[in-house]
Amino acid sequence: MTTISLKNRIPAKISGSLQQLFAFGSLIVILVFFSFASPYFFTTSNLVGILMAATVTGILALGTTFVIIAGGIDLSIGTGMILCGVMTGVFQTYWGWPVWAGVLGAVLFGGLIGFVNGFNISVLGIPPFIATLGMMLVASGLSLVISGTKPIYFKEHPEFQLLMNYSVIPGMRFPLGVLIFLILIVVAAVILAKTILGRYAYSIGSNEAATELSGVNVAKWKIIIYSMAGLFVGIAGVLAASRLSSAQPVGGMGLELEAIAAVVIGGTSLQGGKGSIVGTMIGALIVAVLTNGLRVTAVPQEWQSVVVGCVILVAVYMDILRRKRA
Amino acid sequence: MSWKDPLMQAPFLELRGINKSFGAVQVLRDVAMSVRAGEVTALVGDNGAGKSTLVKCVGGIHPMDSGEMFINGSEVHVHSPREAAQLGIEIVYQDLALCDNLDIVQNMFLGRERTSGWVLNEPEMEQLARKTLDSLAVRTVSTVRQPVSSLSGGQRQTVAIAKAVLWNSKLVILDEPTAALGVAQTAQVLELVRALADNGLAVVLISHNMNDVFAVSDRIAALYLGQMVAQVKTTDVTHAQVVELITSGKSEGQQA
Ligand SMILES: Nc1ncnc2c1ncn2[C@@H]1O[C@H](COP(=O)(O)OP(=O)(O)O)[C@@H](O)[C@H]1O
Ligand SMILES: [Mg+2]
Repeated sequence: MTTISLKNRIPAKISGSLQQLFAFGSLIVILVFFSFASPYFFTTSNLVGILMAATVTGILALGTTFVIIAGGIDLSIGTGMILCGVMTGVFQTYWGWPVWAGVLGAVLFGGLIGFVNGFNISVLGIPPFIATLGMMLVASGLSLVISGTKPIYFKEHPEFQLLMNYSVIPGMRFPLGVLIFLILIVVAAVILAKTILGRYAYSIGSNEAATELSGVNVAKWKIIIYSMAGLFVGIAGVLAASRLSSAQPVGGMGLELEAIAAVVIGGTSLQGGKGSIVGTMIGALIVAVLTNGLRVTAVPQEWQSVVVGCVILVAVYMDILRRKRA
Repeated sequence: MSWKDPLMQAPFLELRGINKSFGAVQVLRDVAMSVRAGEVTALVGDNGAGKSTLVKCVGGIHPMDSGEMFINGSEVHVHSPREAAQLGIEIVYQDLALCDNLDIVQNMFLGRERTSGWVLNEPEMEQLARKTLDSLAVRTVSTVRQPVSSLSGGQRQTVAIAKAVLWNSKLVILDEPTAALGVAQTAQVLELVRALADNGLAVVLISHNMNDVFAVSDRIAALYLGQMVAQVKTTDVTHAQVVELITSGKSEGQQA
């Protein structure tokens, strides 16, 4: 008679929660620190600014969580997001589409970018790092080519900026964009925990060969996962453009690292197979608070990069330590 | 022992003339084999004889270069693990093919999740997983939600076997299930293997260990350098003869 007994090491779930608790504690510490360091930091308008920044990084990080849990990486999300912003400008301003169509078109365009990533990775067999690095450059270049290197303004559609900035609660600054972010968090959490897509993200990241042997079409599901991450990129791009009432064709590089940092700080393993949406959201808040706090305490731009870079290194190193221990 | 008179019963699985090469290396040569329901057929052979390759051809992982495969007398073609599963063929691979980060239930249902609408039906899967483990006489506590990484070797093997029998499978093939196990765990797994056959399944057990082979098998099929050199009843041969078949491809007093 075989017995499957209760014993052995700390279950993965508890060790994951410990990491989240640690991340949450760090968030509080950073918040308190900056509150003392700058009188401006803990004001409503600054906190709303942090939330808006966290919205864009956080939405990118939601899709990235799936990609990383499935054992992949997506470096194209930063410049991809910029390209999606440019595309919604093209659709609305150049082509005169109504706002809803311009928004939907740009989100689907993001999905297309993700689909191409997924295809390159699972059908052509290009390693995720290289495939999405290539896409990062392609998207960055396309943004400049399509826009003629100039920002696109939403002259015909001034209401487009409401998508991010409209105040949901009258009298309080609670932007619609943040509400959209909250809804997306719930959607992502449900998909990850309750659906087949989420299950296969974990199983592919945990043991891709075993998943294939179990009859799962791994290539198909990887394409779906990258495409879904692309949809999140599209949404983030649209919201970022709405926030500024203009599509800025430059930049975006570095945002992918912030999103990846958010995911890793939240306890998702770069090795794949482990992670959670809750963790990623704490991670996204940490990144947003840190970036904002360094700015309002007048830390020079160059030093901000140094600090955020170090945080990323520490988060990845902690991931390695966790894996060794497990 | 429940094996029946072979004349009375057509084999569940029959292989004929299977050839398989990897590049210039021919790994399987004209292999024939039959496997009957209610019996444990031991597939023996030296390292590199082609046992795993044969099993992977049956399981739809490697396409065979030529050859025929029959299930209950009718010819079938298997191109993927999924198609093999649809025919009732389940394979417990040498490396077990479990996802460490998933729990027991999630592993057992991987690739064949139960859903209600869009949502995974966890209670139903958990209940079925428990039922299967119980039917295999596996005593479980409230632990089917334990990640597989926290299980011992024997427990992992048990989960892999339970995963294979969850699907109304008719043929279960186990590739060296006891290779990495201690004495007690080996005995448990062999008991499980025997129970599967006694429940009417066709079972193929790949093993190096003569004690295992003689403990549970009804028939022995011996591969030597990719050729099937003998298929005999276990009661008709001795340890020494089987060892000779494995190491030299022939055995005195035993016509292949
Ligand atoms: N995917 C593969 N590609 C090339 N050669 C292989 C492959 N799989 C197995 N072989 C070769 O086929 C032969 C038989 O291997 P295998 O079927 O694993 O033997 P066994 O399971 O009997 O030990 C070995 O020589 C092995 O190196
Ligand atoms: Mg083998």
